[in-house]
Amino acid sequence: MGAAGRALARAGARLPGSAGRPRAGGQDAGGQEAEGRWSDARVERLLGAVACLVLLLIAGMVIFVFAKAWPSFAGNGFFGWFDAKGDTARQMEDIFNSPANPDAYEYELSAWSLLWGTAVITLGAVVIGLAFSLFAAIFIVEFAPARVNRVLEPVVRLLAAVPSVVYGLIGILVLVPFVADHFISPERKESVAFVVQLSGGSVLVAVAILTVMITPIMIAIVVDALRAVPRSWMEGAAALGVNRWRVMWTIAVRTARPAIIAAAVLASARALGEAIMLSMVSGSTYFAPNPIDGLTFFLEPTRPLGAAIVDNSEGLSVEPFGQTLYAFAAVLLVSSVALSLGGYIAKRPLRKYGVRP
Amino acid sequence: MAAPSWRPTSAADSLESWPLVDRIGYRLAWATGGALCLVAGAIVLYMAVRGLQYLDLAQFTQHPTSDIDQSKSGGFFDPLLGTVLLTILGTLFAAPLGVATAIWLSEYGRPAGLARLVESGVEVVAGTPTIVMAIFGLLVFQQQFFGFLSLTAEGDAVLGRSFLVAATMMSLIALPLVVGATREALQSIPGHVREASYALGKTKAATIRRVLLPAARPGIGTGAALGMGRIAGDTAIVLILLGGTLQLEEANSFPLIGDLKGTGSTLTSYVYINSPAGEGNAPEKAYAAAFVLLMIVIALNFSIDRIARGRRPAWSV
Repeated sequence: MGAAGRALARAGARLPGSAGRPRAGGQDAGGQEAEGRWSDARVERLLGAVACLVLLLIAGMVIFVFAKAWPSFAGNGFFGWFDAKGDTARQMEDIFNSPANPDAYEYELSAWSLLWGTAVITLGAVVIGLAFSLFAAIFIVEFAPARVNRVLEPVVRLLAAVPSVVYGLIGILVLVPFVADHFISPERKESVAFVVQLSGGSVLVAVAILTVMITPIMIAIVVDALRAVPRSWMEGAAALGVNRWRVMWTIAVRTARPAIIAAAVLASARALGEAIMLSMVSGSTYFAPNPIDGLTFFLEPTRPLGAAIVDNSEGLSVEPFGQTLYAFAAVLLVSSVALSLGGYIAKRPLRKYGVRP
Repeated sequence: MAAPSWRPTSAADSLESWPLVDRIGYRLAWATGGALCLVAGAIVLYMAVRGLQYLDLAQFTQHPTSDIDQSKSGGFFDPLLGTVLLTILGTLFAAPLGVATAIWLSEYGRPAGLARLVESGVEVVAGTPTIVMAIFGLLVFQQQFFGFLSLTAEGDAVLGRSFLVAATMMSLIALPLVVGATREALQSIPGHVREASYALGKTKAATIRRVLLPAARPGIGTGAALGMGRIAGDTAIVLILLGGTLQLEEANSFPLIGDLKGTGSTLTSYVYINSPAGEGNAPEKAYAAAFVLLMIVIALNFSIDRIARGRRPAWSV
């Protein structure tokens, strides 16, 4: 509808008389705003300037955060910062207690446990959530009776709307004690007691709640894409005798692949930045859960980047410590910007089916 | 919502003839749908039971105080007020910016490269973690230049924490939602409506103001309501940029400005502080406040149905 018609109209607007300058006292209500203060060119520039504020903001965010975080990266060397050597908890304490003299600031840090914790929790939630939301989206688009859909649609919106602190509260008051009571036996506690204390706050609870939090986002994106798959394609398959499930699985899901990728990418951006809920349920210990511990791996606590910033927020204005926290933020910022742009690019091919992402 | 999906046969009559894998997939799809309802139902029910158990009307009017005894630590009057204040303020900041951005993107969008850049920029803002926004805000608003927005201590150090500061960063959460909803509304207005306006001699600017904006109003309302829901539910920005005082602390005795420049708390930070993760550790208070918060957020999110159902424009059939 839009483009051609608008181009025509734009051409029409240039014709003399159609939208020209108002003659003295000539026009109705349009006259007072036709030219002068609200001329078209000026409005376009004004709106454009406002729109570009977003770009300014992003540039400002990247510059400010990196400028503040730089000493922490520089003090460790690029690879040192991401390294796994040393005890992160002790290093953070040393940084916090570093001497007040700027020349003697302590920056030594290897943030591997934080990065690993973030990656494990994010990946776990996105992988489980993606499988879950794919099936849920197929159900909503194709199989759910209209009456079920009338319930399901508000349910998905509700799950997306629940504040993260409420999820965190349920996690810390219900799930964490439950896991501590039922999954963590004394022998299991004993087996890793020399490295870490198992208290219930764990990768398992964090992944479970995070999955619930990001699934609605993915469902919304995948449902939109599945609905936009041209019906004639699916009808063609059905006419060849393919059953309904296989039509969805082989035609619709395959067509919607860009959306599924976009959903995964955008959901991981969201999961990565979740701080409050994770600081409440992830155990808040500088520890990198170790996969060779077998099932105990899922019960080990960790502390993702966002949660580390929240937990230490009192120290934001203490000099070398604050810079370290801003370095965490810088890592989060870069990864979330990359993921958002990735999602934006992944969604673009969908436009040819008429989906406006 | 959309057109009813394509249904060649009813689900039951052919299911027996399907291959096993397909039948498993079909059952899994039903199972996930059921699981979603179950999880949502469990969350709401649990919060309702716990919330109503510990909630009493006095909590809505009592000021919170820090006391180890949960029966003496007061209610959540100030946090509730803080949530309302912050939500309204944040939406007031976000709405004009978001609407202007959406209009430019969908009605002008020239040069195309810049429009695409802005579009992806909005997406980036939507994906930026709020905790990063929060500490970025702290960095910016502690500059001397922004001292007028928050408290200034004796030694000219700017606190950088106040309702105004928090609302400014909160508006960034609502911005992408407002932009998205407004754009969608603008794009669903048929082209001939614009042409009719041009044919009557209106300029483009006048068309936007007199024709497109009124028609997009339900869309703008939807975006704003969604944004308010997100603002009311955010914790990270509140914890870092609102100063973490339980009661509203005025910066000066000026009626409203003093409050806006002062610090305070919201329901989200109140829940966080009273949870075992915060220093308060008063789960009863946390449950009660979390229930109220949940109700507010749900109300905001489902008010969009009413907004969207509002007056239909003349050209819609």
